[in-house]
Amino acid sequence: MTDTPLLDASGVAKSFGAVKALTDARLTVARGEVVALMGANGAGKSTFVKILTGALRPDRGRVLIRGQEARVGSPRGARRSGLVPVYQEPSLIPDLDVMDNLRLGDTPVDPFRHWVEALGIKGLRLTDLIGDLPLATLRILDLARALAAEPDVLLLDEMTAALPTDLVERVLETVRAKADAGLGVIYVSHRFTEISRLCDRATVLRDGRTVGELPIEPGVEDRAVELMLGETIDLGQRDAATLQAVRRGTPRLAVRGLAAAPKLQDVSFDLHAGEVLGVVALEGQGQDELFDVLAGFRKPTGGTVSVDGQAASFAHPADAIAAGLSYVPGNRAEALLAQRSVRENIALPFSARMRDWGPLRLRHERARVAHAIEKLQIDTRAQGEVQRLSGGNQQKVTIGRWLATGVETLLLFDPTRGIDVRTKRQIYPLVRELAEQGAAVLFYTSELAEVPLACDRAVVIFGGRVVDVIEAGAADEATLMRAAYGLTAQEGAA
Amino acid sequence: MSMADTDTPLVRFGRVLRDNPMIPLIAFLLLLIAVLEVMRPGIVMPFRIGRDGLISSFWLGNLIKFAIPLAMLAACQVLTMLTAGIDLSVGVVATVSAFVCATLSSIWGVPQAVMMALACGLVVGLVNGFGVGIVRVHPLIMTLGTGLIATGCLQVYQRYVINAGSEIPAFLEWLGTGRTMGMPNGLFLFLPFAAFILWLMRYTGFGRNLFALGSNETAAKLSGVKSWQVLMALYALSGLIAALTGLLYLGMIRAPSLSLANPLLLPSVAAAVIGGTSIFGGRGSFAGAIVGALILRVLDTMLTLLQMPEGARTALFGLIILAVTALYVRITGTR
Repeated sequence: MTDTPLLDASGVAKSFGAVKALTDARLTVARGEVVALMGANGAGKSTFVKILTGALRPDRGRVLIRGQEARVGSPRGARRSGLVPVYQEPSLIPDLDVMDNLRLGDTPVDPFRHWVEALGIKGLRLTDLIGDLPLATLRILDLARALAAEPDVLLLDEMTAALPTDLVERVLETVRAKADAGLGVIYVSHRFTEISRLCDRATVLRDGRTVGELPIEPGVEDRAVELMLGETIDLGQRDAATLQAVRRGTPRLAVRGLAAAPKLQDVSFDLHAGEVLGVVALEGQGQDELFDVLAGFRKPTGGTVSVDGQAASFAHPADAIAAGLSYVPGNRAEALLAQRSVRENIALPFSARMRDWGPLRLRHERARVAHAIEKLQIDTRAQGEVQRLSGGNQQKVTIGRWLATGVETLLLFDPTRGIDVRTKRQIYPLVRELAEQGAAVLFYTSELAEVPLACDRAVVIFGGRVVDVIEAGAADEATLMRAAYGLTAQEGAA
Repeated sequence: MSMADTDTPLVRFGRVLRDNPMIPLIAFLLLLIAVLEVMRPGIVMPFRIGRDGLISSFWLGNLIKFAIPLAMLAACQVLTMLTAGIDLSVGVVATVSAFVCATLSSIWGVPQAVMMALACGLVVGLVNGFGVGIVRVHPLIMTLGTGLIATGCLQVYQRYVINAGSEIPAFLEWLGTGRTMGMPNGLFLFLPFAAFILWLMRYTGFGRNLFALGSNETAAKLSGVKSWQVLMALYALSGLIAALTGLLYLGMIRAPSLSLANPLLLPSVAAAVIGGTSIFGGRGSFAGAIVGALILRVLDTMLTLLQMPEGARTALFGLIILAVTALYVRITGTR
């Protein structure tokens, strides 16, 4: 029996009308194996995941779990047959407490508690209301609940997206340990660093078929990207002389001692027109508050902001926009009118001010919107409603809105969270191009590997304070990671 | 995968209907008129020439005449519902406007009385806008409250003007009861009004902001929309429209009372909802509401023809509205 894989899916095909989402997908997971499932958006990844978890029935092909034909057909069926999924979005009911949620899923309490502790969540009470718990904790609870169900195969779908770095570590360690004890894991992720640390193999989907199964070894990133895209891109750094010229003169945005109680303590930096400044921080170090203040969503409790040398304070996002600061929030759902068209979403700022309440300037609007769509290569096949677009295209719409109005200072908060490699690789050059054309860009990312790809330098925030400023050339992941944990600051103090 | 790939033909058909909500609505209206014709042959389509031709145009004119004030008040509901709001003060505001105009015309003269009536609507609307946009009271509660306050004020006001008597301005009577080529003169007011509302919703920045606020207020704020400004203007406009409707209704009924236009309130909400406007905001159509108002009037005619007792008629009316709305929501997938 040991030779029989825990999960063996082969020849899986699924069409929706004329659209072939999957043509020939296969995936095997052996005992004790962690397999990464990779693919750009539109490769059929989510359809495949839905079939594996029983949410969809395949048109052709079979899914064997422990050698048994899994006639899953329903999520409950998949669960019974030993496959338990954990998704990117928390699946707990916010109005109930932890205990009630466990009861709903027939989750045994003691193992659940054990895993919660093991995953690094301290002081959780079973009477805590789910809605009161932070998002990161909820993801961990989902995972603990899945582990407590003692599955044969665990499916993690982008579950580390937006988890703080320290919790990601715990998750990776715990999952690895559990796999070493015989669990099979399917790991769906866009993050190479996590995949190379956790996984044994990577299965790559492209255009609905499995195009490769790679062992994880040094250099696998390039191979995987090649398989996913069929091309590789290398973005070099801008030379020092250009950057020096850019950083001369009055900064576009000068932040001095900015504080927003309780998390943002004391942050200062200069952002010049023509440069991309990265912001690196673990979850909850005050970066949310920093962007909220700069975007006019929150009043600072101390410090100053000046734009082009003029002191500025923003009571409403409209004030920030008037000062040329455009904000793209981390959560796309916050920024989009889901039921409205691409055009209306992009043109939203055009009619915001009272003096623009009159007749729409349709010709002007169409031209600006078309320009933004072309610039960002937004796939407009489903432009009637933004909610029908893929995640990557939705993110492009939120950025396109500001391209259409004309960007002076762009505040990007984790713009590549949960989107596919292809879109990410369109966003980095775009950000750089905007900077080269004279925009100032502040770029927070939860994925450290992005810093050298998109930024000229990065400020590292820890405990609400800037602890380091690192030039992109020196911004390898290890350096950024140490800085993000405040290690350089401690060394400095010692 | 985008959602579009996972739809069954039925869902896609539903989406076509949702993108073109006028198709099922107009079909339903025509169906109702056909049923009416079966119930009372000759009322819609006279086959004999002569007297029945007059009856037909009389019926159609009447249908439109009484649908106009309903559709105008439904405009208030459509506009406010776009922002996930509602205006429950419109019935009272229309009544106040009519009453104020009728009582002041003999004292101050007609133009001043009309201005005063419209000002009353504007004031109630501004108070609504202040409550909803700045204090952030739920629109349902806010407009219900201002409606009650206005009713109270009207009763106090009545005591002071009781001796003055009332006068219906002649041009309002012409507008409310007169006919031109068989069609009610109210259309002279309504057609430009409807064109204005349709234009406002579709081709102005203000209209865009209404849709934006109802779809996602955070996204609107993020783009620099100050919601309080929009809501203030919106409820003020709604109050004005209600007051204008009151003036038209005064000319139509010619007997101002303390509850003149109040019974139009709930049908105005129903007309908007039947017309495909979502009470949760972000989706709505005034053209749909106009057809909704016509549907309600045809239903009313049918129930009258059945010669039921008043109570049963009202109950059946409510039942039909619920059924139609539920069916429509099911077909088009809107809410």
